[in-house]
Formats: sequence, C-alpha cells, structure tokens
Amino acid sequence: MNEMTLEVSGLTVCYPTEKGAIFPVKDVSLKVPAGSIVGIVGESGCGKSMTARAVMGLLRSPGKVTAGKVFLCGREITALPEKERRKLRGNEMSMIFQEPMTSLNPVMKVGKQVEEAIRLHTDCSREEAKRRTLELFREVEIPEAETRLSCYPHQLSGGLRQRVMIAMAMVCRPRLLIADEPTTALDVTVEAQILKLLEHLRDAGTSVLMISHNLGVIARVCDEVYVMYAGRVVEQASTERLFEQPLHPYSRGLFRSVRSLREGCETLETIPGVVPNLLRLPQGCSFSLRCPECGEKCEKTMPELLETEPGHAVRCFRAEGGEE
Amino acid sequence: MSGYLLEARNVTKLFPAAGKKKVHAVSDVSLQIREGETLGLVGESGCGKSTLGRLLIRLLAPTSGEVRFRGENITALKDSDFRRIRKEMQLVFQDPYASLDPRMTVRDLVAEPIETWRLCGSREEVTDRVRELLRAVNVPEEFLYRYPHQFSGGQRQRIGIARAIAADPSFIVCDEPVSALDVSVQNQILNLLRDLKTSRKLTYLFISHDLSVVRYLADRVCIMFLGKICEIGDTEEIYTRPRHPYTRFLLDAVPVPDPSVRGKEIRLLKGEPPSPADPPTGCRFRTRCPRATEKCAASEPELRYIGGVQAACYYAEEGPA
Amino acid sequence: MLKAKRKQVEQAADLRLQSQIGEQERFRDQLRRMARENKTAVVSFFVIVILMLAAILAPLLTPYEENEMDLLHRLQPPSAEHLLGTDEGGRDVLTRLLFGARVSLLIGVAPALLSLILGALLGAAAGYRGGMTDTVIMRIADVTLAFPSMLLAMVIMYSLGGGIFNVFLTLTLVNWANVARIVRSQTLKLRSDEFVEAARVTGVPDRTILRRHILPNCLPTLLVLFTLNIPAAILTESSLSFLGLGIQPPNASWGLMINTGRQYLYNAPWLCFAPGAAIMLIVLSFNFLGNGLLDVLDPRMKKQ
Repeated sequence: MNEMTLEVSGLTVCYPTEKGAIFPVKDVSLKVPAGSIVGIVGESGCGKSMTARAVMGLLRSPGKVTAGKVFLCGREITALPEKERRKLRGNEMSMIFQEPMTSLNPVMKVGKQVEEAIRLHTDCSREEAKRRTLELFREVEIPEAETRLSCYPHQLSGGLRQRVMIAMAMVCRPRLLIADEPTTALDVTVEAQILKLLEHLRDAGTSVLMISHNLGVIARVCDEVYVMYAGRVVEQASTERLFEQPLHPYSRGLFRSVRSLREGCETLETIPGVVPNLLRLPQGCSFSLRCPECGEKCEKTMPELLETEPGHAVRCFRAEGGEE
Repeated sequence: MSGYLLEARNVTKLFPAAGKKKVHAVSDVSLQIREGETLGLVGESGCGKSTLGRLLIRLLAPTSGEVRFRGENITALKDSDFRRIRKEMQLVFQDPYASLDPRMTVRDLVAEPIETWRLCGSREEVTDRVRELLRAVNVPEEFLYRYPHQFSGGQRQRIGIARAIAADPSFIVCDEPVSALDVSVQNQILNLLRDLKTSRKLTYLFISHDLSVVRYLADRVCIMFLGKICEIGDTEEIYTRPRHPYTRFLLDAVPVPDPSVRGKEIRLLKGEPPSPADPPTGCRFRTRCPRATEKCAASEPELRYIGGVQAACYYAEEGPA
Repeated sequence: MLKAKRKQVEQAADLRLQSQIGEQERFRDQLRRMARENKTAVVSFFVIVILMLAAILAPLLTPYEENEMDLLHRLQPPSAEHLLGTDEGGRDVLTRLLFGARVSLLIGVAPALLSLILGALLGAAAGYRGGMTDTVIMRIADVTLAFPSMLLAMVIMYSLGGGIFNVFLTLTLVNWANVARIVRSQTLKLRSDEFVEAARVTGVPDRTILRRHILPNCLPTLLVLFTLNIPAAILTESSLSFLGLGIQPPNASWGLMINTGRQYLYNAPWLCFAPGAAIMLIVLSFNFLGNGLLDVLDPRMKKQ
C-alpha cells in the first residue's frame, strides 16, 4: 500500500527568456502512492502543467530540468537517456491533455490511431491489435464502440474524444497516468462521467496524477492534494484535511472564492490582485503581494514548506505552529 | 403593450451544415427580459446559448421570429434605423485575449465607442471620460497608453467591460465573461459586473455554462438544451426545486468542493448528446432522459407554468425519477 | 470593519500591480531595440539610404555625363579612371549605375507601393463585404492572375507606349491582384475575430472598421509583400526594357544595363555584374529591413 508509483524530489525547471531566466517549477517534491489519485491545484502559471511535462520528459525547448530527481516505481528516470525515457512513455506512464482534439491526428480514424499505438508498444498482429482496440474502447465506456472505431476525431463529441485519448493512454496499462485538466474543456455532465472513469482506472491499478484548477473536481476524486502557487508547492495535505482546514492564506482564499450553488450572496469573496509575473516575483514569499496577512518578514524571506502535523505541510510563517 | 425591455418571439436560427442539412442552433425560443433584471442563460456547449445572445442584440439575424426592444420590433428595422438602438445593446466577450484589438492602446480601445457615438467634443474630453471609465472598472489610470498584451486576463476583461459601458447602454449580453479567467480573478469580475449593474441601472443577459456563476448574478434563469428552453423562472426556485429532468442532472453533476459527499453516488447522464443537425423527434432530451415515455417521443412538450416557473416536460410535477 | 480592511488590502494589491505590468515601449524605443538586436536590419537600412542619396546626388558624384560616349575607350575593364569600367559605347559604368539607380529605385518602390495600396483596399473590401463586391473584385483579380504577367505587361505597354509613367501603371496593374488575394484571405480571418465583432457591437461603421482594425492588422503581411514586390517590379521592368517596351535608351536603368551587357558577357562581364550586384543588394536590403521591422513593430510578437 505504501509503495510509491511516483516520487518527485526538488524538481526545478528553468526557462531562459530575453529578460532573464524564470523558474516555472521551483523545488517541487511530491509523491503519488500506488493505487491513489493525487491532485495538483493552482491557477494558470503556477507551474502545475509544467511539473507534469517535466515528469513525462516532455518539456518544450528551451525549458530544462535544472535540479531534482524523478522516481518512477523506485527507479530514477531523469538521468536516463532520451531513448530509454521514450520507452517509458506509453509503457509505464502516460498523459492526457485538456484539449484532446489537438493531440489526435485529424485525418486518421480514431480506431486506427489506437491500433497504431498498440502495435508500437507490443508486437502483436494487426488482427490482435484490432481486437484489443475494441476492448479498450469498451473499457473506457465508449457507447457503440464498433461504429466509433471508424470515426474521425472531428465527428466525435469532446467527451468521446477524451475517452479515446484515455483508451490510447491505457494501451500498456501504465503504472501512472498524468491527467492535465482532463475535464476543463468538457460540460459538467460529461465531466462527471470522465471523473468516474478515472476512478475505475485507479481501481484497476493505475495511479493518477490529476491536475486541475477546479476544487470541486479535486474534492470528488483526489486522495491527496498539492496546492501550487508561482512555481512552488505552498500547501500539501490529504483531501479531507485540506478542505476542512486549509492553512495557507492562498488556499484559504481559493476556498473562500468558491461560489455556492445552494445560496446566493451579496458580494463574492476574492483574492485581490493578479497572478504574478514570474519575471517579477517579489523578494520574499511569492504570495506576499496579494496576502491579507503579509508581514515584514514575508516580504523579505521565502518561508520553507514545513509540516505542521504529520501529512500536512504549509509554506507560510503565520501557519507555523499550526495556529493562524 | 408589454412592459419588457427585451422580448424574443418564436426566434429560430438555422445554420447550413454539410450536405443539405440544417443545424437548428436555436429553435422557436420565446422569452422576456424586464428592465433592470438579470437573466441567466445556462446550457452545455452547442445548446445555442451564444447564438441566442447574438440574435437578441442583432449581431445575427433570425431565420424566423422577431426580437422586440422596448416594444419595437428590431428584427424588421433597416440597418440605418437600427443604429440608434445599437448604442443601447452591448456585449462582453468570453475571451479577453481575442476581443481587444492588439494594435490599439487602452485609451483608444475604450475611446472607440465614445468617438463612434460622438459623446464628447474634444480629444481631452474623450481622454477624461476614458479615465473615468477605467476608474469605474478598477484599472489604474497610469496604464492608459499600454497595449492589451501587457495585461493579465482579468485586467483585459475589465478593459472589455469599460468598452461595453462606455456608451451608456441599457442592455448588456455577457457571453461567458469569466470562463477564460483564473478562479481567484473570476469573483473580482463578477463583483464588478454586479456593482456596475446597480450603479448604471443595467439589464443583463448572462450566458454561462457555470451554474454557480449564474446563481450569484441572475434573478431569473433559463436552461437550454439543444436550441430549446427546458425551464425558465426564478433562480432561487429553480436551483432549489428543479422541474425539468435535465436541470436536475445539470445541478447534480456540478462537482462540489466537499470531500465528504464523495461516497455518495452521483447519477450520471446516459449516452451521448444528440446531434443538433438531426434532433430526436418529440422532446429533444428524451434519448437521455430516465423517465422518457412514448408520449415524449410522439410530441414535443410545450413550456407551461408549474408553480411559478415554466418547464417543458410532461412529467415536471412528479419529482426525480 | 472586516470589509474596510479588505478594501485596504485590495488597494494595496492594485498599487503593487504596477510592478507586475510590462514596461511600455515607445516607437523610438522599438526602433532602438531593433538597432540593438538586429544588426542586419540596420546595415540594410543604411545601404538603402546610401543608394538613395547616391541616386539623388549622382551628378555631383561623378565627373562623367550619363550618356557621354567615348568610342576610343569601349569595353574597358575597371581601372582607376573608370572604377567599374566602360560599356560598349565607352560610357562610364559607375555613372550609368548611379543614374540608373534613379529609375530603378523609383520603378521598384513606386509601383510596389501603388499596387499595394490598390490591392489592399480592394482585397479588404472584397473580404469584408463579401457577396457581389467580393465576386466582382475577385473575378477580375483571377483573370489578371490567369494571364502570364509578362504577356499582360507587354500588351499594356504596347498599347500605351513606352515612358516611365506607363511603366508605373503597367507594373501596378500586373501586381495588385496578388496583393488583393492575400489581403482578402487575411480579412476573412480577421472579420471573424472577436475584436472585429466587438467593434461591430460598438456600432463602429464598416469603413472605420476596415481602416482602424482590419488594415492595420494586415500590416505585417503588407510589409512583407512590399519588400517582395520591389524586386519583382525591378525585374519586370528590366525585361520590358529588354524587349524595347520599358525605359528607352539612351536613358539607363539597371535592368536595361544588364540586358545590353549580356551580349558582352564573355569579354566584358563587369557590364552585367555591376548592375546585377546592385539589384541584389537593394532587394536583399529591403527584405532584411522588412523582416527587422516586422519583428519589433508587431506588438503580439513581443514576448512578455
């Protein structure tokens, strides 16, 4: 049970830009235990997608991992040559994206695309691959799977396309599936179906690293949550714990910003200001610009990510010691 | 005769599709918006809510039916006669990145409506008015001569809103104004829209797929499915006691940020959404509806009053299936 | 109480926001940035300026007359007296090159600009208006494009007769259709962009939308087309001159010089090389400058 599917420690990603280097991911450590769904939550530019890409080894140039290690099932993979890593992708770990349309070939039938993925990773016959494709389509609950095999991507709805992507990611039963905002482009009723499907996959033995900005989605499926802000993990706890008692002012702001379906209200809670520009981060805590409790110390030094109690870590001076 | 600010009567919009098919983006929709109220328009992608919004402010012409503004049929007006009404109706766009001309400064962007309607005399007066508007939407005046790409999404949306209110319109269609923004910024914009509504006596049509956004802003809400209204009425009433099965599914599907409800099984909608080019006979929701009967396939239910709200379902009185 | 505090925090955050927004570059700064980052563009700019000055000041720069014959010194190779040698009539090649620059630069720039303006206006109108306007303009453009351009130019020149004004007219009529077609497709794309729709909701009249939103956003494309049309015009003119339909001898243009020099390519190659190099230089310079401007002037190309 406490075997780790994925373990990331001190991961740092650097992008050189014209105006100086930026660090979209800075000293990020996280763990995905086998048989669980772990969530990363944060806003655009907080580094959550970049973390996922770095783990997959899919960073777009000129981005580079400058520090840190990634262990997949106990095996260090950042130092592996590109050829070895390519073998891991698809076999041991897969990824699905927010917009499935851009990751599918628009002029190729979806069945054929999954078939090719199967033949690429295993050496089975064409017939065998066809049969497996149909099985996979049924497994990801694509209705009328036989007829969908010969559809082109644009003929499918967004939800079906995402299912096809999941089918393709599941070809080799990877240990880890990274889902980067998998339901953001989908309607709520479809979103609920896809989340259900991810839970089925987890139960079948694939751990999931789920990236989302939607606290509702996180609450529904994740066991453990990491909150990221401006490239750093600012809070980490089990889902129940975090939703019950968020400690970082940013997490608390996020929770207060959630709009209720049950009752209306006069004014909505907000987090003031804007998401920071990574080129112009403040000297101290990245959140100090927007923090209602910002003190002098916060403006000068970056707090460490410290455990306030077992399994709950926060990066904030105010929260140290567990009290406000 | 009618005391409504805006009224749609049997509005239908067909788009030509591949082959000789026609896509029914909006079919036979009638609704009324009172002065000073906010009507929320909710539905999933492809249900025709954006098209309906554009039909109401005559950015698109309906295939049949008419739209009335202050009792006047604006569908029948000539372009030249419509111009005086154009000023009254504005649109706030979904994507603040695409809806601002990248080559214009903030000042010129906000000044455009003022200059178009010749609301101010000299250049200085225009600039002063732009400053005033920027203050109203909380964009610091120092940024008058910056370009849109230098701003974050939320700031850009504020500039878009400043443009929309610049000519003092009475009716604004907000087309998913926050769905492209970060969570922490969304509420800032929603609060701003709400404040502006009271301070400038605006009437909104608020289009969104996000039920919680509509919950906050709308006095009445209209749920659409595949170009048709399923249910329309008081927001409070519909959110607490949805009549139409589709509304129930929508409300149930919204992920609630509360891990304690996780154990509870949520009801999932079955099957795939039907194609708008080839809608099912009878009720359009029946292929996915758990209570559909032969009656639903045979004829289409009309909107009818059930305790203060209107719903288009034969079994609206009967509670969840 | 709590609300007042929140307001305070919000204001403070707004103030700090200023540190978060990029610096505004003024036009002068943009040019300065180009000068710093793109040396090729700067060199190109100076090459163009020098060539233009040389063309204007031609009589002051050379001791010879444009058409001064000296039959005793025909086809002389480059020497201290004649830096680029002499041609079949004993005329100084450098002198003719300088005078030829007047014609060639004018012929390169003026019709390229005219066809650009004509093509952009017609193309934008066709794309934005659609319907009948579109059909009529684009059918005419299609016919123009379907004709071999050289043949078309010859027909027009033949019926109008030689002379520099007619060359302008011809080159404009030959080149506008291409510009129109490209601008039309850009306009079609821009017309469905949200910011154009936003202008329509605002009630901005169509003509203003074209002028203020559509054409400025076509500018990068137009700039590239301009730099490509200049060499095309220079080359077309030289072909016309060769056929006796363009600039009439004894006046010099670079194209004409190449074509007359061609007969002596083996014994006097400098006759072709000098104007050929000049054409290449000016064409490349315009291209480099165009690219450099494109990089800095388009606000979307700038990275945050």
